[in-house]
Amino acid sequence: MNASYIHGLIGGALIGLAAVILYAFNGRIMGVSGITSRLLTQRGQDTWWRLAFVVGLVLGGWILKRWMNLEIVLNASVWGLIVAGLLVGYGTVLGNGCTSGHGICGIARLSKRSMVATACFMVAGIITVFLRRKLGL
Amino acid sequence: MIISAFISGLIMAAGLTISGMIYPSKVIGFLDVFGQFDATLIFVMMGALIVAGIGFKLMALMPKPVLCNAFDCPKKTALDVPLILGAIIFGVGWGLIGFCPGPAIVGVGLGLPQALYFTIAMLVGMFIAKQTERK
Repeated sequence: MNASYIHGLIGGALIGLAAVILYAFNGRIMGVSGITSRLLTQRGQDTWWRLAFVVGLVLGGWILKRWMNLEIVLNASVWGLIVAGLLVGYGTVLGNGCTSGHGICGIARLSKRSMVATACFMVAGIITVFLRRKLGL
Repeated sequence: MIISAFISGLIMAAGLTISGMIYPSKVIGFLDVFGQFDATLIFVMMGALIVAGIGFKLMALMPKPVLCNAFDCPKKTALDVPLILGAIIFGVGWGLIGFCPGPAIVGVGLGLPQALYFTIAMLVGMFIAKQTERK
């Protein structure tokens, strides 16, 4: 059991707590892709809480960077980021969820759809990384 | 409703940050099953699923959410092609960099330019998918 795993457990518990709060109070599944995509394309009463959630994510990052004095180094080409972003954006809407929506909320609710979706995106991710390593990308 | 959603967003940002999931290298480490494997993401899921699993079980006893009239959760139960195809496409994009929607948006707050490029492209991808969605 190393420090990274312990941080993972604690951080994971907080992610679970965030999901429980949104469902207990707002009655909504905490799927970041769903919240973001609907914020982008739908207008109505729900726009406000969705915006508040996304602002919470961004502001949370802003606060934590200062508080924890975080430094993140990421080597990624702009093209790589654009292609990855397009695929993630398109895929999460087509598949109706992402790691938080399917991977956490869906599995916690014992949804068969979410379990299958999660297995699919994990296998796809694993194969992608494997091929990238093999091809030196 | 707005305050609870905002708080959920803040706590989600904290969870993603403390767990290390905002670092694409940690995510790629998990996906690098045949290489330099980092099991941290498994522990993140364990922590999240324990809390959410218990939470959803308890919430099933609630007649309605605290601040509105009804729980709103996905109705579909059948497995279909969009679900599986979408998940695969998402997984490929995830494996290219190591960002998924949550960490990317938190990354914007962290001031990472790469997170911003990714997020903008992600929004474009979402928009395209929404346009072609069958109602």
